[in-house]
Amino acid sequence: MEAFKTFASVAVPIDIPNCDTDQIIPARFLRRAADDPDYHSFLFADLRFEKDGSDTEFVLNQGPYRAGKIFVADINWGCGSSRENAVTALTANGIRSVIAPSFGDIHYSNCIKNGVLPVPLSVEDCATLRAQIRESPGAEIAIDLETQSLTGPDQTTYVFEINAFDKHRLLNGLDDVELTLEFDTQIDSFELIYKTENDWAY
Amino acid sequence: MGKTLFEKIWDKHVITQRDDGDVLLYIDRHLTHDLHFRSFGKLKEKGLKIRCPEQLYGTPDHSVPTTAKVLSDIPEGEMRETVEVLAQAADEHGFHHFPMTDERHGIVHVVGPEQGITLPGLTLVCGDSHTSTHGALGCLAFGIGSTEVQHVLATQTLWQRKPKSMRINVTGTLGTGVSGKDVILAVIRKISAAGGTGYAIEYAGSAIDNMSMEGRMTICNMTIEAGARSGLVAPDDKTIDYCKGRPFAPEGVKWDQAVAYWKTLCSDADAVFDKEVTLDAESIAPMVTWGNSPQYALGVHELVPDPELEPDPITRAEMVAALDYMDLKPGMRLSDISVDTVFIGACTNSRIEDMRAAAAVAKGRHAKARTLVVPGSGLVKKQAEAEGLDKIFIEAGMEWREPGCSMCIAMNGDMLAPGERAASTSNRNFRGRQGPGSRTHLVSPAMAAAAAVCGHFADVRDFVV
Ligand code: SF4
Repeated sequence: MEAFKTFASVAVPIDIPNCDTDQIIPARFLRRAADDPDYHSFLFADLRFEKDGSDTEFVLNQGPYRAGKIFVADINWGCGSSRENAVTALTANGIRSVIAPSFGDIHYSNCIKNGVLPVPLSVEDCATLRAQIRESPGAEIAIDLETQSLTGPDQTTYVFEINAFDKHRLLNGLDDVELTLEFDTQIDSFELIYKTENDWAY
Repeated sequence: MGKTLFEKIWDKHVITQRDDGDVLLYIDRHLTHDLHFRSFGKLKEKGLKIRCPEQLYGTPDHSVPTTAKVLSDIPEGEMRETVEVLAQAADEHGFHHFPMTDERHGIVHVVGPEQGITLPGLTLVCGDSHTSTHGALGCLAFGIGSTEVQHVLATQTLWQRKPKSMRINVTGTLGTGVSGKDVILAVIRKISAAGGTGYAIEYAGSAIDNMSMEGRMTICNMTIEAGARSGLVAPDDKTIDYCKGRPFAPEGVKWDQAVAYWKTLCSDADAVFDKEVTLDAESIAPMVTWGNSPQYALGVHELVPDPELEPDPITRAEMVAALDYMDLKPGMRLSDISVDTVFIGACTNSRIEDMRAAAAVAKGRHAKARTLVVPGSGLVKKQAEAEGLDKIFIEAGMEWREPGCSMCIAMNGDMLAPGERAASTSNRNFRGRQGPGSRTHLVSPAMAAAAAVCGHFADVRDFVV
């Protein structure tokens, strides 16, 4: 996966509380391959496109926001299903970070595993940032993962939380499977004892 | 200090713990379905093998049309491909597979408990958020994404961070016509769709103790709609009776060992939860959702709320948008909302008890709206037919279908037209969930049947004899 160190981009306000994964990518696209050349168009497909395929007024279709690679969202972003396709739809559009007051648990880990940085900030801070980028379309946000900080369009700096292991994975673009395979002998010996002690389960 | 039920199961599965707190957790059972058909090819590309194929169980559910009996009944193209690839992978790798021609096939969360794959004290994962369902048996179960699916395939483990703990106590006795579905909708309304985020939930209290296994599964199923990845109910005699004799459950001496262990699986009296929530069962009415998040649920006699009275501006805006999408007006009575389609099925409510509850209302009546009844597995279908429930539905003018996810996610051809309104026993009322532009109201099976025979929402308690 692509490492995440620093990133700056035009930011897009997504004013949808409880924005579920079904909205981020509708189910009818879930059987598509991640390398489908149309994947970028699945993101928010029902909000972005009319039935005839023409653009709606949705924020991602408006002027400078088209170039936005950072989302500033509302509470409970990515709630709902475990579909990692929701993150693929983000990465297919080059989205590298979502800033929100809270995230769906499974979506949060799916983001981490695909080089997308979820940034939790307070409800008030997210509302402030959304207001700023709404007022000045094209305004940028800059993120530095190493220092766990973010700079808003007015140069205000915000500090955010991230678990140490997640940070390490993202900074180095680490793939979990490779990492875990280093524990192979430990898994083997655990398994042996565990399955003997719990042979009712096997 | 004592341990919670969650901690007891968790601790037993920790292989190693990092300094930052993340643990490598051993996974006993992995369930998979047709939407993960790409996992096997990806694993191969990376030069990896399935570590424990005997701990992997697959069945097609999302992409199977509810009119199809054999593979060739599925329209050619990606729908058929998913089902085909899963079957080929099972052949190649030797994992358990219940193909669509096998009566044991169905929705993965119905099949797991039904086959005794899900057992108390185990860890179970599946690339599907409603894996929380299996927690009803005292099994630590949660949904994972597709990268994690590959991780489990290759290593039979997962890196996890211990969640906080929440106990939800449902005290007292549920009224007639009030089911597990109504309880969980009342819970989500109370704690919100994000209220459980970061927590593992344990359900307790007399209403849970007295509830059937099916009802508990419905509650745990929708735990993810409250934001929590897993929900647990401590195993009791009902759980043990439910597991006994199931095909993959232990037998003989192993069964006795299992039962002895399962009896230790409860939260200690002095265990401390990070959060406790209590609901009074008597106060829970049959529920109907009105918005696009399961937290927007109402007792059947309440009125559609007025956003003007909502103090929080974010919630107010969300309510206004939901009323617009759902084409509802503040102050409307639910019985004034007519439905176009009724869907009885999905991993929330497609077990035998759900079929019986719907049939009890449908019996001798006639549906005024298109109604699809979709059992959760081939075995549920067979049992329902043995009890004559299929005839009740058919005589009521309802459609009795083959098992699968069906109109819950609208990936198999069963869907609503834009603007169509459904009473649905599924778990998500998200925009477009049942087809682009679809309008979904979540209800229990009995309430769905009542809506079907009335053509609008109605209080099922007026039907219960
Ligand atoms: S029935 Fe619906 S919620 Fe359940 S597994 Fe199938 S699609 Fe998912």
